[in-house]
Amino acid sequence: MQLAFHHGLLAAIAATQVSAVSTSLRAIARVQVAGVARAQLCRATPFASFALVLTVPQHVSRTIEALYRSESGLVLATLVRLLGDLDLAEEAMHEAFAAALESWPRTGIPDRPRPWLISTARFKAIDRIRRRARFDATQRDLAVYVEARINDARLDDEEIEDDRLRLIFTCCHPALPPEGQVALTLREICGLTTEEIARAFLVTPATLAQRIVRVKAIIRDRAIPYQVPVPQELSARLGAVLQVVYLIFNEGYTAEATGHELSREAIRLGRLLLDLLPEPEVMGLLGLMLLHESRRAARSSPDGDLILLEQQDRSLWSRDQIAEGISLTEGALRSRRFGAYSLQAAIAAVHAESASAASTDWRQITLLYDQLLQVQPSPVVELNRAVAIAMCEGPEQGLCLIDELLAREQLSHYHLAHSARAELCRRLGRIPEACASYEKALALARKEPERRFLVRRLAELKQQ
Amino acid sequence: MKYICLGYIKPGTFEGMTEDERNAVLDECFEHNDHLRANGHVVSELALQPPETALTLYWKNGKVATTDGPYAETKEQLGGILILEARDLNHAVQLISQLPGFKYGLGPIEIRPAADLNEMTQASQQRRRQNAAH
Repeated sequence: MQLAFHHGLLAAIAATQVSAVSTSLRAIARVQVAGVARAQLCRATPFASFALVLTVPQHVSRTIEALYRSESGLVLATLVRLLGDLDLAEEAMHEAFAAALESWPRTGIPDRPRPWLISTARFKAIDRIRRRARFDATQRDLAVYVEARINDARLDDEEIEDDRLRLIFTCCHPALPPEGQVALTLREICGLTTEEIARAFLVTPATLAQRIVRVKAIIRDRAIPYQVPVPQELSARLGAVLQVVYLIFNEGYTAEATGHELSREAIRLGRLLLDLLPEPEVMGLLGLMLLHESRRAARSSPDGDLILLEQQDRSLWSRDQIAEGISLTEGALRSRRFGAYSLQAAIAAVHAESASAASTDWRQITLLYDQLLQVQPSPVVELNRAVAIAMCEGPEQGLCLIDELLAREQLSHYHLAHSARAELCRRLGRIPEACASYEKALALARKEPERRFLVRRLAELKQQ
Repeated sequence: MKYICLGYIKPGTFEGMTEDERNAVLDECFEHNDHLRANGHVVSELALQPPETALTLYWKNGKVATTDGPYAETKEQLGGILILEARDLNHAVQLISQLPGFKYGLGPIEIRPAADLNEMTQASQQRRRQNAAH
């Protein structure tokens, strides 16, 4: 993600590295570049008018609203395990909160609200299932089954702690389409509303709502279980979860001016995941996200133009995020069980520790890319490695590698490959070639800030 | 968030049922509405009299004209309006999906988010105050 920014080389590589892992996923998901609207993403609660009708005292309704924000994710996840159905769980949870609004003004707020809410939701769900069965004989067996399941379920703290992890694995199940995984994770785990997610991905709420309805139907029809995968499957399944988190982060990353909400949400999700499942790659991903995020204030101008790493004002980088990112990355690398995210984090860490682009240890970055290529062979990683080589061995060596890559045609439609080539040609004084490559990059680039950058570069070259 | 749910109905649906069938459908529907209400989801609900009771007003040759019958001549006609309080659009979808009317083939339901006109009305108030001051 950085190369681009770092050294002036790759024009808008902005997105390159960020999407090294998720390029194909992104293509599949066709998630549109987020331009998160001004509105803040905040946890909505659906009780405003009900509290008014019931004339609930303000201190009680405020407590319940606060509990809704802090506890609803946990309560929902436990109910999903108990009921085996996302919709039923969601409804039972809302009924429990509605019951709290009704009874807490009389009985007082319970000492431990979470067990109260879970237990109330259980009764509400049983009630609901019985009522359905009363009108529909075909539901009777199901009612008996669900009741038995609810009554047998374990409700100790340890089980409840794991419930969110179970739900995360379900939301990111490989049987679900990537765009559905992202939407469901943001809604069920992060607690965003359909409208907030739609705004972040520039689609209408109706489109996003249908996406969620479809993905829930797949979970139901294919009976995808709510459970943490068995150890043999954990690594592959965790990969899918990390990909979703990183995709959310990248959507926020590319929307320079306003995308920080999604990036922040991805970082929160990364923290939650690390808390629940302290695996090296989770650490690596969180470190990677923090290291990228640390440069947010420096990487675009007030007009939204890209500022490459070489030109960034490094005093704007967030030292706290860098320190935390580096310490997580070191932890991941020490485990010796790290993977592609940790290696990318290590590359980002080398940049974060460099006082300037010129004093960056490009040799070390090249070595890290060598390792990354072994873990995750991809032409995009090769491109980044070529740029690192150009930085330490000279533009000619880098250009040679890029021309080889382009000859293989895998990257011939990737604008950043052409802009990297253009930049190296420019440094070698091969101006007509540089112009031709910038033109190609411009024909392929889609994002406005990247296009503006390329247009600027071309104009500069033509004046020479 | 508030959502306006427009319930459409095929005219004649109820007339084709026996009294027992009709009562069973109505009981189930009303019970479900009680349930929604008890959980704070119902802001308001209204049923409409049949389309033939409608009178439609429109502007013609500089004055208001009237015709009898509904504005849109569609197969299904608006039968009721429910204003729903839900957390988000998917929550509304979920609550409405469970209306028993669906399985008895009563007709489609359209969900539309309520528009927030606060900004617009404030701007308008300001304009009117300014106009009055001049």
